[in-house]
Amino acid sequence: MSLVLSPREQAIAAGRDGAGMAMRIVAESARLLGAPRLIPIASAHIDGALYHGDSGTLLAERLVESGASVAVRSTLNVGALDLMGCSRIRLEEPQRGMARRMMEAYRKLGCEQSWTCAPYQAGHRPALGSDVAWGESNAVVFCNSVLGARTNRYGDFLDIACAITGRAPDYGLHRPENRRARLIFDVSGLSPSFLASEIAWPVLGSLYGREVGNAIGVVTGVAGRPGEDALKAFGAAAASSGAVGLFHIAGVTPEAPDIETILAGPEPEAVIRVTPQMVAKARAGLSTAGTANAINAVAIGSPHLSNAEFDSLERLIAGRMLAVPIYACTGRHALALLEQDGRRKKLEASGVVIVADTCVVVTPIMPDLAGGVLMTNSGKFAHYAPGNTGYAVLYASLADCVESAVLGRPVFADIAA
Amino acid sequence: MSGAAEILVPGKAGEGEALVLTAPISFWGGVDPKTGRIADVRHPQHGEVVAGRVLFLPGTIGSSSASAVLMELVHNGRAPAALVLHEPDAILLLGLIAAREMGWETPMAVRLERGAFDTYRGTSVTVAANGAVTVAV
Repeated sequence: MSLVLSPREQAIAAGRDGAGMAMRIVAESARLLGAPRLIPIASAHIDGALYHGDSGTLLAERLVESGASVAVRSTLNVGALDLMGCSRIRLEEPQRGMARRMMEAYRKLGCEQSWTCAPYQAGHRPALGSDVAWGESNAVVFCNSVLGARTNRYGDFLDIACAITGRAPDYGLHRPENRRARLIFDVSGLSPSFLASEIAWPVLGSLYGREVGNAIGVVTGVAGRPGEDALKAFGAAAASSGAVGLFHIAGVTPEAPDIETILAGPEPEAVIRVTPQMVAKARAGLSTAGTANAINAVAIGSPHLSNAEFDSLERLIAGRMLAVPIYACTGRHALALLEQDGRRKKLEASGVVIVADTCVVVTPIMPDLAGGVLMTNSGKFAHYAPGNTGYAVLYASLADCVESAVLGRPVFADIAA
Repeated sequence: MSGAAEILVPGKAGEGEALVLTAPISFWGGVDPKTGRIADVRHPQHGEVVAGRVLFLPGTIGSSSASAVLMELVHNGRAPAALVLHEPDAILLLGLIAAREMGWETPMAVRLERGAFDTYRGTSVTVAANGAVTVAV
């Protein structure tokens, strides 16, 4: 089955302007994916505005110079700079200037200045069943799984190309038949107290991603309804340990009212029965620091912290002074509430470093520290911090992260599986 | 030793020492875009450099910024000499598609069964203009 473009799409693709360039990128990707046609999209979330080097800036500026602009609502994922001025980014010139030029180019293309990896908590929530083109692996998995909108994992540049053309390849998770579960990931063997704990979801997400890879599974055995931040943590961890773009939780996520409805066939192809031993191993695998006697920092907020997560942070710190900083990464959407009643100032007085528009694993914020140890409650930070920051990682609950930041050494009190 | 491979993204034919990855990799966070060094400490080939190598990829995982890292490697002259993938990865290969739109010279990406990867380990490999993957003598 080869790709067929409509006469209008063909005409656009033949153009020498930015729209032509975008249409060729979409069409070339569609061909690579084996998509038979392009479909219209309702919105986009753009991950391409993060500076990884000059090439991305040059591409975005080429699109601007050649007259392109987005055809659908498009929010922006994190950039490499904190435009809100909350934290100091150590990116030096000339990279700093190139990163700013890149962010500016995406603004000129008509994208919203959301600068967050949690756009779904910043008012961008496409309707159930709608087709969209989202980038950023955690946003993709949340959009598909929790909102039930349909997107593939759009890589950098395809996301903006889809936004400009208003089109996406008809492929993969846009097609209902590809959204059904083939595997069961059964957590009924875990204790209810563990499942109710904060660390359950990022740890299970990390295990889920490793176990299922890019297959689609349904999680069963979940009593009660995990909150939105728990689902966010699960998806983010799953998308960083495996190529997970969509998960279902029976009785929780919108396409899986029950197991029978969401399974692709009468029987699952495999059933993964999760044991406390598997969970303990997955949890241990999130840490790379062996026995650390001290920590240098705590990082939270991958995906970006919600206001509810800031409430928890405030409650746990309870006005105490921290011995090491807690880097709390968030989007500007969460800042407004924080500015009320001097809440942000109080957190900063305790030693919290609020990071807006960006985060500590995508741009240099934390000091370069040979042998540095970072504690985090984020499965995604745990996955990426060693490679991107050079810090070894200790994984723990938010409560343990806060206690450890107060003492400057790791303490673990949270619950076992 | 030769494998007939399907061309996924056209580009410059290449030759280089084989780098056969034994685990899937996330380019973003896993490969340094400035040097091409594998930076992921959990990856079995941590410390190896992809630049100038014929890179055999059993699979890719993780971030949707893989394309940006690959385009940056191309722009910095640190791209692999060729990419050999078990299956097309549209996120990663977008880096080559976008780089071609910018008019930069890109390596070729071809498809080959991962079962055949092992025979290329430790050899110098040519990826010809027709997509054939051959051990150079």
